[in-house]
Amino acid sequence: MIVVNTEIIPGFEILELKGLVQGNTIRAKHLGRDIAASLKNLVGGELKGYTELLTEARRQSLERMMSQAQQLGANAVINVRFTTSAITQGAAELYAYGTAVTVRPIEGNESVTSPDGASAFRPEGSSGSQVPA
Amino acid sequence: MTWLEYFNLFMQCGPFIILIGLGFFVGSAVERAHFKRLRTKEKQLLTIPLTDLKTQPPGVIGGGAVLVSGSVVVASDYFKTIAASLRKLIGGEIRSFERLMERGRREAICRMMQQAHHMNAIAVINLRIETSSIGRMSRNPSPMVEVIAYGTAVLPARQSS
Repeated sequence: MIVVNTEIIPGFEILELKGLVQGNTIRAKHLGRDIAASLKNLVGGELKGYTELLTEARRQSLERMMSQAQQLGANAVINVRFTTSAITQGAAELYAYGTAVTVRPIEGNESVTSPDGASAFRPEGSSGSQVPA
Repeated sequence: MTWLEYFNLFMQCGPFIILIGLGFFVGSAVERAHFKRLRTKEKQLLTIPLTDLKTQPPGVIGGGAVLVSGSVVVASDYFKTIAASLRKLIGGEIRSFERLMERGRREAICRMMQQAHHMNAIAVINLRIETSSIGRMSRNPSPMVEVIAYGTAVLPARQSS
């Protein structure tokens, strides 16, 4: 499934609108990470534990959004937006929404395959670099 | 004062002084190292055109697109937190937090561009940057900020035979 945050997809044309799709997840950080983070907080810099946690959570909300799109029979989601909001202390909601559509490659572009939409949130190292051949 | 009184004074103020010193020396070193890393990474990665326009830049003709993103959680050090809370008494600009936000944004963009690089993108369009404060605890005034940068990587069109 193609996932982009633009209103158009380069090389593709939009055929049909399927409707709004969304996905959310609320994550709480666990105590071990919290303690490690508060120690790191003394010297500043990146808090890797939280970065991973939020990346993973955002991937999940994106996957929920994509599965909704699949149910609607769409093959792409355009104009995706992310928001984050702190619900209570130590818990955050990650929300992704977009417009599900069906698309088709434009003339002379039949062979292009797009990488998996959720690959943007693969953990580092295994960054699903499915480069179109 | 006897040695016992000195010892008591140290036990009361010691941890505070050690933490401030640790924040000042280690924190500044970490920050300098981070900026240095960012400069080298940006030199490599910002060769791909990056824009927050919604459409493809002129001259770029893509054959596909994919979402790319990068995120980072950055935190301030103990010294800067204390310095900022003093600054809040008189108001004005808090330079150290400005630098913290800059670090977060540049790092997030770098990570996003790294993904675009892996996918052989020819451009990244419609860049969006969002910031959210996480972990605002009552006892912990030091900011922890998550920065996420996301955009659409334009993939090259297949060479028509």
